[in-house]
Amino acid sequence: MTESAVRTEVRAWLEANWDANLGLVEWRNKLIDSGWGAPHWPNQWYGRDLPAGLVPVVEDEFQRIGAIGVAKVGIRVLAAATILAHGTDMHKQKFLRRILTGEDTWCQLFSEPGSGSDVAGAVTRAEMRGNQWVVNGQKVWTTSAHKADWGLLLARTDWDQRKHRGLSYFVIDMKQPGVSVHPLRQMNGHASFNQVFLTDAKVEPEFLVANVGDGWTVTTTTLMHERRSADALRSWAQASDRPGRAYDDERAEIVSTMEPYKWYPQRAGRVDLIMPRARETGAINDPVVRQEIARLLVMSKAAEWTARRARTAQEQGRPQGPEGSLGKLASSYIARAAARVHTQLSGADALLTGDDSPMGGVIAEIFVSVPATSIAGGTDEIQRNIIAERVLKMPKEPSVDTDKPFRDVPRNTVG
Amino acid sequence: MKFSFSSEQEEFRSNLRRFLAEQSPTKEVRRLMETDAGWDRNGWHKLNTTLGLTAVRIPEAYGGHGFGFGEHGIVLEEMGRALVCAPYFATTVLAAGAILNAGTEADKQALLPGIAAGNTVATLAWVEDSGRWDADGTNLAAIPAGSGYQLTGDKSFVLDGHTADLIVVLGRGPGDGLSFFTVSGDAAGLTKRLLKTMDPTRKLARLTFDGVAATLLGQDGAAREAFDRTMIEAAVCLANEMVGGAERLREDALAYAMMRMQFGRSIASFQSMKHKQADMLLEVELAKSAAYYAAAALDDGDADIAATASLAKACASETYTQTAIHAIQIHGGIGFTWDNDTHLWFKRAKSSEVLLGDASYHREAMMRHWAA
Repeated sequence: MTESAVRTEVRAWLEANWDANLGLVEWRNKLIDSGWGAPHWPNQWYGRDLPAGLVPVVEDEFQRIGAIGVAKVGIRVLAAATILAHGTDMHKQKFLRRILTGEDTWCQLFSEPGSGSDVAGAVTRAEMRGNQWVVNGQKVWTTSAHKADWGLLLARTDWDQRKHRGLSYFVIDMKQPGVSVHPLRQMNGHASFNQVFLTDAKVEPEFLVANVGDGWTVTTTTLMHERRSADALRSWAQASDRPGRAYDDERAEIVSTMEPYKWYPQRAGRVDLIMPRARETGAINDPVVRQEIARLLVMSKAAEWTARRARTAQEQGRPQGPEGSLGKLASSYIARAAARVHTQLSGADALLTGDDSPMGGVIAEIFVSVPATSIAGGTDEIQRNIIAERVLKMPKEPSVDTDKPFRDVPRNTVG
Repeated sequence: MKFSFSSEQEEFRSNLRRFLAEQSPTKEVRRLMETDAGWDRNGWHKLNTTLGLTAVRIPEAYGGHGFGFGEHGIVLEEMGRALVCAPYFATTVLAAGAILNAGTEADKQALLPGIAAGNTVATLAWVEDSGRWDADGTNLAAIPAGSGYQLTGDKSFVLDGHTADLIVVLGRGPGDGLSFFTVSGDAAGLTKRLLKTMDPTRKLARLTFDGVAATLLGQDGAAREAFDRTMIEAAVCLANEMVGGAERLREDALAYAMMRMQFGRSIASFQSMKHKQADMLLEVELAKSAAYYAAAALDDGDADIAATASLAKACASETYTQTAIHAIQIHGGIGFTWDNDTHLWFKRAKSSEVLLGDASYHREAMMRHWAA
């Protein structure tokens, strides 16, 4: 299909069907039936097999008319991608539509207190008892677990296999007695994540994704999509201020979905506030501070242009160069530099927090949120390894944990 | 604004890379850098007759190809990568830039075809002994004499000033206004002294003008705007040249690490080495983006170009030198020997860092534009 054919068709469909007075779920169901909600998905599963390059054309038309799309924020996006790639028809039938309507919320149960960067070292145990899987263990850093209907669970099913071969992947019902969710408070005072305790939690056999022992392969799919959509997952969803029931519903959805992410702008260092603050405090006239501001802006602009360069290459269907793998590391350096400059700009005010601190606490929140940036979603050290090994093709470190039964691998005893 | 390269541009780049690898192996770089001239006519003609490189950005009306800064940037980046010893930057960026920005139609008709054809080697003399990169450091006096002018004073840090056929000079007239002049490289009263430079691949000269006959370029007393514009373009072009060199250093250091065995394994398998290489890649890619973006912004007529140009130059200055430091470190003992090639790029990195203003200078220039 050509770009103009897509444009004509989606425009005609939207003009005939978009109605702001429908309830959000009702509208989305209609949209899902048309295939325009997830046009790059397979024909058979609510999509139109549209090449990814043409999706922006469709999004453009939605924007033009102000129509609301399917639910695309949060872990549900990763769940959909994983189920599309590895799920059974039953999984697709049961989960995909309610992911797109936004009725179901999902969470990701991968990280554990004993395995952070080393996700494949998971020790949460799933055992077949009778004709059910029974799960015991502890997961951590679980965004939205307290609201989730379903979880993507990585658990160990065979301790005699090698590390990566003994894992299996499940969809687990989060609303059951064996699942207990506790908020995890961060150094900045917010609790955006949870700890999840699994105590004889149950999983029906048909909720195994792929085969027993294939858990790592499936996890890799989820993580790949997480890396790819990291920016979209964290980007501030913009609610429309137009009147209409569908818009009302969407506003409520955004408030609830974005709640855990409300400090994320501070975590990135708030480069956007640097110049206004420099003017406000008069620090802009200090030649030493000006140099530091400039260093930061050079880095942040160059990183922005690098992301744009990578995106353009992708849009033109050319293979992405190394510039596509550098964003996370760059944002981590930028965040740290921005926190340093904000400290210089604030002077003694950097001692204060909350209402006493500049901008009602936003500046103080930068200082105590930035340290998470170089850790969450893959530490800087792991990012550098990935860049070195995958992009620069440097040889891997000799490994000591992958060629023996997992039960013989040294691991953390507690947390 | 889009600033990725078209497939035609990519093809141009890869042809050029092949050509320059043949024309400018380090053996040739080492031969030329030991000469006083720093380049030879033979190689210069090959650059221009085979690929028409001096003509790239000169408009077709003056015998050029009429491409933009995007293409010119590619040429410079590839020359920086191959460390080509030739008066290319002085001729096509500085001199041709000043002529295009300041010259009257008659000036352009008279001066540019020779440059486009590769017959005229030219340069721009603006810096004086004070080492100031801006126009305000100009003291060289221009006095009207007959139908032309006479120049008296000194210029220093003039790129290829001892070998150029044509010298564009920034001077100060009796009314204190700044004007450009052109002077023949063999003019009477002009004394040229080759300076001893830390970077032997980029030659600099000090020029003494003792009542040298000169021709006005453009309008009398109105050179400032054209000069500023020329410096903006030069900063962007140099940034593009620099990222070519930085990438070459990074790649050579990586190839060496992959090959070098210590403690029974390739040193590239050590995390300390991987982390350094990952950081080098990040820095070089960011500097490339800034240089490419600035070139595209010049072609686009972007209003913020002065700040963007300074950003690109500041970024390239930090990155090229830092990459050179890392590259020597990765090579270990052999890295600081004369026989190893790394120091050739290290010295070019250092000279490029300073030329046209160092990183601090350009950060301040950028802030003056953004803080206003």
